[in-house]
Amino acid sequence: MRITEQIDALTVMALNPMRYLVAPSILAGLVTFPLMTAIFDVVGIFGGYLVGVKLLGLSPGTYFGEMQTFVDLNDIMTGFWKSLSFGVIVTWVCTYKGFNVGHGAEGVARATTQAVVLSSVLILVWDYFMGSILQ
Amino acid sequence: MIKVEGLTKSFGRQTVLRELSLEVPTGSITVIIGRSGGGKSVFLKHLIGLLRPDAGRVLVDGVEITGLRGRALDDIRRRYGVVFQGGALFDSLSCHENVAFPLREKLRAPADEIVKRVASALAQVGLEGMGAKLPGEISGGMRKRVAIARALVTEPEIVFFDEPTTGLDPVLVNTIHHLILDLHRRFRFTAVMVSHEIPEIFEIADRVAMLYEGRIVEVGPPAAIQASTNRVVRQFIRGEPDNSEGR
Repeated sequence: MRITEQIDALTVMALNPMRYLVAPSILAGLVTFPLMTAIFDVVGIFGGYLVGVKLLGLSPGTYFGEMQTFVDLNDIMTGFWKSLSFGVIVTWVCTYKGFNVGHGAEGVARATTQAVVLSSVLILVWDYFMGSILQ
Repeated sequence: MIKVEGLTKSFGRQTVLRELSLEVPTGSITVIIGRSGGGKSVFLKHLIGLLRPDAGRVLVDGVEITGLRGRALDDIRRRYGVVFQGGALFDSLSCHENVAFPLREKLRAPADEIVKRVASALAQVGLEGMGAKLPGEISGGMRKRVAIARALVTEPEIVFFDEPTTGLDPVLVNTIHHLILDLHRRFRFTAVMVSHEIPEIFEIADRVAMLYEGRIVEVGPPAAIQASTNRVVRQFIRGEPDNSEGR
């Protein structure tokens, strides 16, 4: 949107691009990241079931019984809070890089790479801190 | 009136505008001409308030906009309409929604009024019935016309055109120019246009200003510019090659 002057078009209409572009993205990140985390929690449980029960021969009762013993609500909530913060980090970094993109296709490619790398590194670092805080 | 005094702007070591001064009379069509990469669009962005100068000032009806921020600058911008070089249409919205956007978000107009005004604006640019199309589904000339409709639908006092005909064939260039002229006669807005279209712009301009090496080297009515004895102006409007290049 920056290189096609769509952000400038919003600005000269006396409209705040932050409100129209950044706020909805961060809101979407806050909704979708916890939802995706919930989906992948379920996928993880059934992935473990496939490996443990179907490949390694555990009984289904043992698998789900041990699951209930070792996984409590705090584990689920840790994932939830982490996913919320990751949603903010990823959308913040990506919209920042999008807003300040350079010129042409090269600028877009560079900004995309930087956004992916910076998001990934920040998630790793923030995950460490969140893990320490929430334990 | 828009008054520009001593505008200077550099990007790194490159100075693009050097103490540029110009007056744009109210209700006129003023066309800025000059070579590609000469700073015309940079100059236009200073008038719109998208760039801040290193020195100098821009006054709109006596109000200096160079130091304005936030709501004060938005109040000035509400009087503006801007046609960007590539149209700058929102690619996820249809043509109708693009033209309706400033009415809905900027003026908070009621829904039935928006429908009427958008239909009228699209009809004025010859695009009746094209409202449902996405910008990616129409030609470059049509996109420019939708951009003009979007810029004029709020009936702004001042309209900026950044190379509105670049990349179009000669027929479309004339069509767009006559459309601008026709709309200007109807709405009497002040127009500032950046263009390379020589000699077509002489038919629509009230005043032409030649930008060269960051300064306005000549300004006046089209006839005076065409009869100019200034070497730079003569060379540009005749399209003579620059012998200093490539040496």
